[in-house]
Amino acid sequence: MDADSINRKVRRQHAIESTWRYVLLIITAFIMIYPIIWLFGASFKTNAEIFGSINFWPQHFDWTSYVKGWKTGTQYSFTTYFINSFKIVIPKVIFTLISCTLTAYAFTRFDFPGKNILFSIVIATLFLPAVVTRIPLYIMWRNLHLLDSYVPLIAGSVFAQEPFFVFMLVQFMRGIPKEYDEAAVMDGANPLQILGRVLVPMMKPALLTVVLFQFIWSMNDFLTPLIYLSSVSKFPVAIALKLATDATSGFVPWNQTIAMSLIALVPSLILFFSASRNFVEGMSAGGLKG
Amino acid sequence: MKSKKKYIGLIFLIPWMIGTLIFTIYPFISSLIYSFTNYDLISKPKFVGFANYIEMFTTDPDFVRSLKVTIEYTILTVPIQLIFALFLAFILNFKLKGINFFRTAYYVPSILGGNVAVAILWKFLFNKTGLVNQVIQTFGGKPVGWLSSSSNAMFVLVILGVWQFGSAMVIFLSALQQIPTDLYEAARVDGAKKWTIFFKITIPLITPTVFFNLVMQLNNKLQEFNSPYLITNGGPTKSTYLTSLLIYDNAFKNFRMGYACAMSWVLFIIIAVLALALFKSSNRWVYYSDGGQN
Repeated sequence: MDADSINRKVRRQHAIESTWRYVLLIITAFIMIYPIIWLFGASFKTNAEIFGSINFWPQHFDWTSYVKGWKTGTQYSFTTYFINSFKIVIPKVIFTLISCTLTAYAFTRFDFPGKNILFSIVIATLFLPAVVTRIPLYIMWRNLHLLDSYVPLIAGSVFAQEPFFVFMLVQFMRGIPKEYDEAAVMDGANPLQILGRVLVPMMKPALLTVVLFQFIWSMNDFLTPLIYLSSVSKFPVAIALKLATDATSGFVPWNQTIAMSLIALVPSLILFFSASRNFVEGMSAGGLKG
Repeated sequence: MKSKKKYIGLIFLIPWMIGTLIFTIYPFISSLIYSFTNYDLISKPKFVGFANYIEMFTTDPDFVRSLKVTIEYTILTVPIQLIFALFLAFILNFKLKGINFFRTAYYVPSILGGNVAVAILWKFLFNKTGLVNQVIQTFGGKPVGWLSSSSNAMFVLVILGVWQFGSAMVIFLSALQQIPTDLYEAARVDGAKKWTIFFKITIPLITPTVFFNLVMQLNNKLQEFNSPYLITNGGPTKSTYLTSLLIYDNAFKNFRMGYACAMSWVLFIIIAVLALALFKSSNRWVYYSDGGQN
């Protein structure tokens, strides 16, 4: 075969292949996303219609599910619950960024006695099941009289107790050539300046990934606030949603619950869409090989 | 200069070291100590030897069953979830126009997978008159009591567990993107078939990632709490009463802290043994291109 006919054959094969790849992508996407689209439509339906039709489009648009759902059956509205969530999530994200970056910096750019042992502790805590430390931590916060406050929910992030992020940032930082640091040292920069002015700007994709993951995971966190918080006025969205399905015993206003559940997903979605390009880069550059 | 640098590195590590002592090492050891006591938070912990461990394996009707159910849930969920995640990562790695649109679309459900809202919506979808049954009826089938029979309820939880493929998929995708394309081209020039390429090149090169995801997901699923708590509440007839839920009830409803710690240590040992067995076996099936150094 000459080069030309091989080329033609390859190109034809390629066209067929990409067609069926598109088909595969579209079908899979549809199966995964249809329930969400349907739920979006359902949130505008009356409670009776939700159980009556599998159509996506409601017969009459009914906004009351959003209005009533937002007000909730409790004395607080979702405004309070969202503010509470942000009071937990935003400090957590900021502390995680700072503490995990410092930890990763120490492990990648410095030599000190016991470094290998300490790093293997990071890896060990990555695999340590949270179930085994949960109860003593609760007892500890109880003895410190800090139950029903946000301190137990946030404190760990101040001290870099997020081994997944430490590990990810270490992997990413290892990929940045040390020549950059050395050049900065020549210019008289101290270690903190090297980190802040040289490394952090280059780590933007990885840091954005940390922000995105920590934000979404903390918004999703249910068990920790469930254990530590007892006053309704302090509940984050995750607990408030559960409350909404309990409050009205027997009869659950599903249209309101669906409406509020969808609203609860909005902050994570906004953050995701505004960061998605960097996020994909960050994940691959971080080289999570295990 | 050298010694000064050593000192600086450790300074940056201080927050992490303090945190690890307070939030990891201390509770890890003290939960083992508590597991040999009776402690109701009111009176002082009372040493009881192995009584807690003996109780859970003899007189407690719930613990052994909860372990069985948890293992069943994990065995059903993790393999399907990982194959699904790999499949999705594989098709998202196609070099096609507009692939970024699809990547974004695929991330959306996966990123939200762990949200409480999703668990609540799940409960609704599988309600007696929920969407799933409506679809079944539209096609002429009979509605299924998804949450009222034990095997169906487990199925509903497993499906949700599989749907939480997000982080595994993202990690697989980043591994697939790191495979040098010249390897594929070389194989194609040698006339290798697509499936051969997939099983002889792609899979071996991502075994470190398979290993990482496998350990992480086993760990997650053996500790699953949200979905049984929110969707089935452990029922019907305790058929989805996973160990995490049982530990939660003992600690925070019955205030049997010592007993709950003992249970969590048994769960921990099961997870640790599994993880160690995987680590031991890993040198037989995990391929490190750079000689084991990660």
